[in-house]
Amino acid sequence: MASMASKPPADSALRETLGGIPLKEVYGPADATGGVPLPGQFPWTRGIHADMYRGRLWTMRQFSGFATPEETNRRYLYLLAQGQNGLSVAFDLPTLMGYDADHPNSAGEVGKCGVSVCSLADMETVFQGIPLDHVTVSMTINSPAPMIWAMYLAVAERQGVPWTSLSGTLQNDILKEYIAQKEYIYPPRPSMRLGTDVIEYATQHVPRFNPISISGYHIREAGSTAVQELAFTLRDGIEYVEWAIERGLPVDSFAPRLSFFFNAHNDFFEEIAKYRAARTIWANVMRDRFGARDERSMKLRFHAQTAGCSLTWQQPYNNVVRTTLQALAAVMGGTQSLHTNSLDEAYALPGEKAVTLALRTQQIIAHESGVPAVADPLGGSWFVENLTREVERAAKAYIDRIDALGGMIPAIEKGFPQSEIADASYAYQRAIESGERIIVGVNAFQAAADEHDEPVDLLQIDECAEAAQSAKLKELRESRDNSRVRATLDELRRVAEGTANTMPAILDCVRAMATTGEICDAFRDVFGTYQETGVL
Amino acid sequence: MDARIRVLVAKAGLDGHDRGVKVIARALRDAGMEVIYTGLRQTPEMIVNAALQEDVQVIGLSILSGAHRAIVPRVMELLREKNMNDVLVVVGGTIPDADAQELKKNGVTAVFQPGSSLDAIVELIRTSAVRA
Repeated sequence: MASMASKPPADSALRETLGGIPLKEVYGPADATGGVPLPGQFPWTRGIHADMYRGRLWTMRQFSGFATPEETNRRYLYLLAQGQNGLSVAFDLPTLMGYDADHPNSAGEVGKCGVSVCSLADMETVFQGIPLDHVTVSMTINSPAPMIWAMYLAVAERQGVPWTSLSGTLQNDILKEYIAQKEYIYPPRPSMRLGTDVIEYATQHVPRFNPISISGYHIREAGSTAVQELAFTLRDGIEYVEWAIERGLPVDSFAPRLSFFFNAHNDFFEEIAKYRAARTIWANVMRDRFGARDERSMKLRFHAQTAGCSLTWQQPYNNVVRTTLQALAAVMGGTQSLHTNSLDEAYALPGEKAVTLALRTQQIIAHESGVPAVADPLGGSWFVENLTREVERAAKAYIDRIDALGGMIPAIEKGFPQSEIADASYAYQRAIESGERIIVGVNAFQAAADEHDEPVDLLQIDECAEAAQSAKLKELRESRDNSRVRATLDELRRVAEGTANTMPAILDCVRAMATTGEICDAFRDVFGTYQETGVL
Repeated sequence: MDARIRVLVAKAGLDGHDRGVKVIARALRDAGMEVIYTGLRQTPEMIVNAALQEDVQVIGLSILSGAHRAIVPRVMELLREKNMNDVLVVVGGTIPDADAQELKKNGVTAVFQPGSSLDAIVELIRTSAVRA
């Protein structure tokens, strides 16, 4: 092992990108002919604004949430006091899977990966003291997105905030769940209907809210390459647009509110090329494939998060450096908002000191580095322009293959994106194993066995969250008008069996204090559940 | 010729992050072991039943959700109830050091934290399963 540290074997990072695109020693004018339009001009390869960050910095939005609604509310008030300007809610696994905290399947999971939200009362607690017209709120919820969003809308009602002044983002991207993260409840087609219900309802009633965040992040975390992340995400986007048009919505009525979410991984230039290629492809797809006329429909806006899967358990303080480089790539790639991971996340959810350092990393890039002063500072680099086109070409080839399979749902049912990702992730792990791909502190430059330093202030999730949430549920079920709950749930089942938009019926259930689990169960009764065949 | 080592790899709890479990399954298979993958969202009862039916020597549990403190002790308890003490249990995931020690005290053969090498995992299973 010592010899590996002093003399690395053939390091693939010196020959190709992380995703395997071959690199030349040097690039020149012949590698990037034709020129690229300025930032703020179609197809926005160089950024969606002419003045980029001079007009407005990216939103610093740290994803957080844990334990009870009360504890999460305290963390949010802290983050807002530290200068963070947007909230991003992480829900726990029972909530993500549509189970209440007292369901047997929730045992051991309540409050572990995020906050437990079982009813409107919990949602109200999460935003206690935070007027919803003063913050933008992102919510990472997919299968139960309509139910959780309905709770959010009901909190706004109770705060007296009109829906027209709400802004934020709902993840509501079910396709990447089947592809990568696997937090689905219902089969793909009824799930797509629910997602489309949200898009339609937002277009009509909550016009400043992004009803979907089409996400490559999780695809990348599952082990894809940058090109696969880009291609599968954009092809998912095409699927959502097709469903909304099928629903009867004119493309320019909803497309300006579609938003995207990408990973920011280790390969600095490949990531920047990915963001630039994303904007280029999407602008052309929206104009040419869907006939969009409004420029806002063609501009790809995105959130970025640094790569959780790149964080190492070994020598955890190295993660601060990785995260800084990844964040820099996202900013130089023109992101609209950013989450920076904390150094301790290979161990647990981040502690408060680690979260603060992650936020400071963004503030240093924003205010000390000078990087945000100039739009697309790498534009015109022969290398970056060339790599952007390479990534674009490879992603388009994948999109064509999925079109040939009949679209994303048939592709998912055939296991196509899943097996492409599994192959890429196994090849990556093998390259680490052989030393061809070097991870500092893991397979090279390791610390001595006795030098392992676990971060000191690891967040311990209070094991009482499960009991506290279960007790609240018991009290809720005793105090609410249960005949009203039953009536609204029955009506919801009836609507689900038809074709009408389910949002009004979901809102009625939420206002009657039906729980997350009860509302999701009503849909389970009608739609059934989905099991994937475990492809290795 | 020795019978091949039979391993059940399982995703326990609600967590759907299956990158790690799939990589491990392929690596064990490439190393010549017989690998049975449970698929997602298995309860401790389902996992132990599958281990019994498939007659495996090793159970590999993948948990990235922080629920290991509830799930792993339950699996160990069920194995003891069913007199399956000879089945080795190996756990992988985001497991802090203190928790890893606890799990080992409870009879878990090894805990593989993030960044563990595939070769080390294969080697441990191979040597432990032979001894067992």
